[in-house]
Amino acid sequence: MGNETEKYLDKLNDEVSEAQADEQGDQYLTFFMAGEEFGVDILAVQEIRGWEPITAIPNSPSQVLGFTNLRGTVAPIIDLRLCFGVETASYGNASVVIIMSVQSEKHEKIMGIVVDAVSDVYNFSKSNIQPSPELAQTKQAQYVKGLGSTKDKMVILLELTEQLIADSDIGSNRHLSAG
Amino acid sequence: MSVDLSQFHQVFFEESYEGLDVMESALLNIDVSAIDDETINEIFRAAHSIKGGSGTFGFKEIAEFTHVVETLLDLIRSDQFEMKTDHVDLFLESVDCIRTMINQFESGTSCDMGIAGELKVAFNVLLDADNTKDSGDIDADSKVDESHDGSSGSDGWKIYFKPELDILRTGNDAVRMFRELSELGELSVIAVIDEIPSIADIDPESCYMAWNLTLLGSATEAQVNEVFEWVVDDSDLVITPAGLQSDVLEPVKNIAASEQTVASENEKSVPSAKAEKNKVAEKEVKPSVTKKVVAKKEAKTENASIRVGTDKIDDLINMVGELVITQSMLSELGKDFSIENMPKLMEGLAQLSMHTRELQENVMRIRMLPISFAFSRFPRLVHDMSKNLNKKVELVLLGEQTELDKTVMERIGDPLVHLVRNSLDHGLELPEKRLAAGKDETGKITLNAFHQGGNIIIQIIDDGGGLNKERILSKAIENGLVSESDTLTDDQINDLVFLPGFSTAEAVTDISGRGVGMDVVRRNIQELNGSVEVESTEGKGSVFTIRLPLTLAILDGQLISVGEQVYIFPLVSIVESIQTQDHMIHRVSGGCDVLRLRKEYIPIVKLWDVFNVKPKHETVDNGLLVIVEGDNIKIAVLVDDLLGQQQVVIKSIRENYRPVHGVSGATILGDGTVSLILDISGLIKLAGVGRDTYKNISDTNDIEAA
Repeated sequence: MGNETEKYLDKLNDEVSEAQADEQGDQYLTFFMAGEEFGVDILAVQEIRGWEPITAIPNSPSQVLGFTNLRGTVAPIIDLRLCFGVETASYGNASVVIIMSVQSEKHEKIMGIVVDAVSDVYNFSKSNIQPSPELAQTKQAQYVKGLGSTKDKMVILLELTEQLIADSDIGSNRHLSAG
Repeated sequence: MSVDLSQFHQVFFEESYEGLDVMESALLNIDVSAIDDETINEIFRAAHSIKGGSGTFGFKEIAEFTHVVETLLDLIRSDQFEMKTDHVDLFLESVDCIRTMINQFESGTSCDMGIAGELKVAFNVLLDADNTKDSGDIDADSKVDESHDGSSGSDGWKIYFKPELDILRTGNDAVRMFRELSELGELSVIAVIDEIPSIADIDPESCYMAWNLTLLGSATEAQVNEVFEWVVDDSDLVITPAGLQSDVLEPVKNIAASEQTVASENEKSVPSAKAEKNKVAEKEVKPSVTKKVVAKKEAKTENASIRVGTDKIDDLINMVGELVITQSMLSELGKDFSIENMPKLMEGLAQLSMHTRELQENVMRIRMLPISFAFSRFPRLVHDMSKNLNKKVELVLLGEQTELDKTVMERIGDPLVHLVRNSLDHGLELPEKRLAAGKDETGKITLNAFHQGGNIIIQIIDDGGGLNKERILSKAIENGLVSESDTLTDDQINDLVFLPGFSTAEAVTDISGRGVGMDVVRRNIQELNGSVEVESTEGKGSVFTIRLPLTLAILDGQLISVGEQVYIFPLVSIVESIQTQDHMIHRVSGGCDVLRLRKEYIPIVKLWDVFNVKPKHETVDNGLLVIVEGDNIKIAVLVDDLLGQQQVVIKSIRENYRPVHGVSGATILGDGTVSLILDISGLIKLAGVGRDTYKNISDTNDIEAA
């Protein structure tokens, strides 16, 4: 990882913690994936990291890429594209991993999601969020909380659940090659 | 001023439990003929602090009850009251009672005063007898006749009834039973339906419901029991008199009933849930007792804190201090580093690695507790059980200071209890029989713990009758576990007792002999990466030996690689590693290759295949096989390469992910990457080379495969 990237990530992480300290509420960290902009609740975000090699998990659902070492904790890395059925891209130095805590039955689980790039922090009040009727029937609808709109664009707001690591029906017997 | 006292509750609970333990062990040590003042003082002090604490925190019920106990103790202390064996038992019951009450407060359930009320009356009788300077010899036993069986139930009964899923298949019908009940009095039924699965998962032939019934009227307990006669063994059934809780000062229930309490108190620690259920069903005739067992089950909360000696903490602080010094030295060195300082740097790094290692060892030591924590419950257990069984037993504890990881300790408790019960019940003979065999009337059970290599060994030794090999063998043949033509060594015969569904007890007793147990014991111990064996000499006794790793946090691992992935085998499970040659491999129809090694056929598992990774070496020919053993089955695992051996720190993968078949955990290697630790029994299941396959391809008479 180059110095540039490191500085960039540091800056991002600072911004995130600043936004978290800000108590206005309803802030979202947005990121790009396959050209679309998505947002997640900023309070769930733990940190933003660069791409690091991961260890494949035997017979895991295809969207689970593997484990990474998070300062001594073992956490799974998820490819959101596969959860959403958007086309796959290769991962490399440009990819960014957002480490977040995801609500599960007993306690919060720490997971990483791979995205193309982190975008910005937005404020969406409740009145700015609309439900998304078109998505209501599809598989990914379970993660979509609603659509947030600013002056000039729309952001798909996500609420990630433990469902992320559940078996999917997208062929799970993919050969593991990540290393 | 208002202070939130609830933050101190946990501390109070823990201290009270400790106090109760002190009381219990002191009571067990009392020699009634020569009462030691210091022992009485010790008991008194413990009771007094429990009373004080519970008063402060508003646990009125405990405070009131403990007060009565304390009053009697005070009289004994000041020699105004003479202590008898019966009184010791009464105190022991009170200890149990207080423990139950604390437990109930801890879990937030309402406090059941039934038993406390009974005991309190018994105490008051003693106190009154003393005050009025009556003969002073009125002990609780003389009260036995009053309202003996508590089955009057004039207010009616509360019944909780939860049948097993297959109740309908056995031809029992809940509705019919309720109709029968309604003939006994006014019946109201509330169905408990929280366990009904979603409609897609419902099996129409199963019963997922439970019921809370209230029966008003004058039915006797026997009548109520009769209705449930046929289902009692296959269901959770709790029958309590309506309105028992409020009725604290009802007539003396008598000591006999309380003794049952003690017995059931011990039974609560039966390892398997199934056994527990049996007990509940069995005990339903004693209303308040049953209730207590159920409450115990709910209240089983993990005690998450740990007490550490200050010396260990001081060591740690010292070490961290040194670490800080080394760190500042290194950072000073790094400020303007020149090549001349290289030796200094190397020296600093060496110090750093030394301190880190010491620190790690000492942090691990924090989790180590002396095994006396696990042993401490046995004097009481043996005391109560020997009484129930009319046997004379001496319990010897050795190596109590042997240290063991807290997690291992918590999970070895139940198997140990089971083995000790077993030795008491089946191992030791009745006094007459012992005398006839020319042995001392008093049987001896020894619990011994010691370290051996990286393991801790716990032995349960009894000088009883030993295992009866003929009976074991005939039973095993009867159950189809071995065939008559098999010739087994003595060790193999002894080992049969660990197979599921095996029990040679002539009669099923209250304590053991239901055929569940020894297999559960072995499984529990294997889950801890340990093993259990039995040695026995007929007529002389048996020795059960448990071997456990010192800690669950660290494991000796063999690193192997498949493709680009690095996996870890626990070193203990590896039998050997070999480079295959053509003549050793046999192909069996069904695609399963087997390895023939010294007359033994071992199924080959290709790790790349079961784990779906791309290997360097796909075929078995000239491949590297690691022979590992789990669940008594050997498999040969095909790997690409053997890397080094090292100690690894086990990390949970469940915490942030979910269980993975064939993987027991993960670790972080020196280069920071995550590596998975393989679980042999999981791997065997995953590869589908279970017992059946093994049996088919094995031509040896290996009893384990049966």
